[in-house]
Amino acid sequence: MAKIIVPTPLRKFTSDKSSVEVSGNTVTSAILELVNQQPNIKKHLLDENEKVQPFIRIFVGDEDVSNDEMDTTPITETTVISIVPAIAGGSVNNSNN
Amino acid sequence: MSEVKFSKEELERYSRHLIIPEFNIEGQRKLKNAKVLVIGTGGLGSPVLLYLTAAGIGTIGLVDFDVVDQSNLQRQVLFTVDDVGKHKVDAAIQRLKGLNPNVNFVAHKTRITSENALDIIKDYDVVADGTDNFPTRYLVNDACVLLNKVNVYASIFRFEGQLSVFNYIDENGNIGPNYRDMFPLPPPPGLVPSCAEGGVIGVLPGILGSLQANEVIKVVSKVGEPMSGRFFIFDASAFETRILKIKRNPANPLNGDNPTQKGLIDYVQFCGIGPDVEENKDEVQEIDVFELNKWIESNQDFQLIDVREPYEYEIANINGELIPLAQISSQVEAISRDRKVVIHCRSGVRSAKAIRELQSLYGYNNLINLKGGILAFAKEIDNSIPTY
Repeated sequence: MAKIIVPTPLRKFTSDKSSVEVSGNTVTSAILELVNQQPNIKKHLLDENEKVQPFIRIFVGDEDVSNDEMDTTPITETTVISIVPAIAGGSVNNSNN
Repeated sequence: MSEVKFSKEELERYSRHLIIPEFNIEGQRKLKNAKVLVIGTGGLGSPVLLYLTAAGIGTIGLVDFDVVDQSNLQRQVLFTVDDVGKHKVDAAIQRLKGLNPNVNFVAHKTRITSENALDIIKDYDVVADGTDNFPTRYLVNDACVLLNKVNVYASIFRFEGQLSVFNYIDENGNIGPNYRDMFPLPPPPGLVPSCAEGGVIGVLPGILGSLQANEVIKVVSKVGEPMSGRFFIFDASAFETRILKIKRNPANPLNGDNPTQKGLIDYVQFCGIGPDVEENKDEVQEIDVFELNKWIESNQDFQLIDVREPYEYEIANINGELIPLAQISSQVEAISRDRKVVIHCRSGVRSAKAIRELQSLYGYNNLINLKGGILAFAKEIDNSIPTY
């Protein structure tokens, strides 16, 4: 099983799990399995065309994988996939609520 | 560079730099000759400013619009209790001058905006971005790219920190990636963690800000390998670190293959939080805290619901029934339909969201949002309620 590391802002959609084990042969299938396991994460991760959102990046190991490369990037049992979101800061003073 | 001279006091002060073989007095001269702009003097800005001042950067600009608040002291180690209420830039410069009187400090007591950013940044060599919101992140990035300035970036959230050096130009003239290469668009406001989900462990900006100061020193002194083309992630709760490779994006609107953006834009609107894009604002009935207080004092029959999280309720509450926003749909039966219902949160955004959800999915027509939330109540009605 490959491992997907879930960043702090998205952990509330994975029952606070910091990583999730997934099967699949490509990055796309791994991400879709994550979404199947944790459906609440979907809109934060994928757009309406099931492409990764423009404020999120996916890395396999330390390599950036773009939306165009996900179908063809293979994964194995030992692959570590990182979801990296844009974060802006921890202050509440400038947030919008 | 050899024209940069040091006094005896400076040579003694910087002696631990001068005896590093690859840094030596040449590195110190570069620091003294450098102009660094630190945007945000808060959690990240505090260690950045302390270490850059101690290290002997020649000119340091400070940008901030805010005053020191009690809630800053948990992580903004530049400030003391006596500084509460003072302008952050004034308090910071006073402290930093005491640390190193050889540094020239430039105060920019203003909010950085699309109107003033280029003018402020143009006089500096390197920028350290320690801001805390998406519009300013994109603004600082874009201004640095347009002006060919290095942007030493760090960002924090709860226990997690990120760091990179953006727009770094190496000795061969190759330009490194910038924030837009990684994140072409910001998350829409609804997907940004709200204040209920925010927060940061106080030590984390100390760690990331110190690393940021180190990257500034490396960029300025040209010693070491700056974090250009690499993205550092630190999870302080698990003590896990990752360094990821990042690359330029040909579609970058600023400096990709076909640049389309030649200047700064309206970043508040870009991030979807401008007043004109606030959705369905007039669908929600509102009440202000003065009116609510009258209702309370005259024992009017109404239900008061608090849609914040239990840990927020523990900090402060005004005796509302606690139904966190995420549980609203599953607790509809607890929300009255036959009398007025006032719904509140911290500042009024989550409660408006709850009302829209209840109105559209469950047909409620008796719901009223408390304008300004418990923060306004604490400010205007009851000063004994802590704000957060």
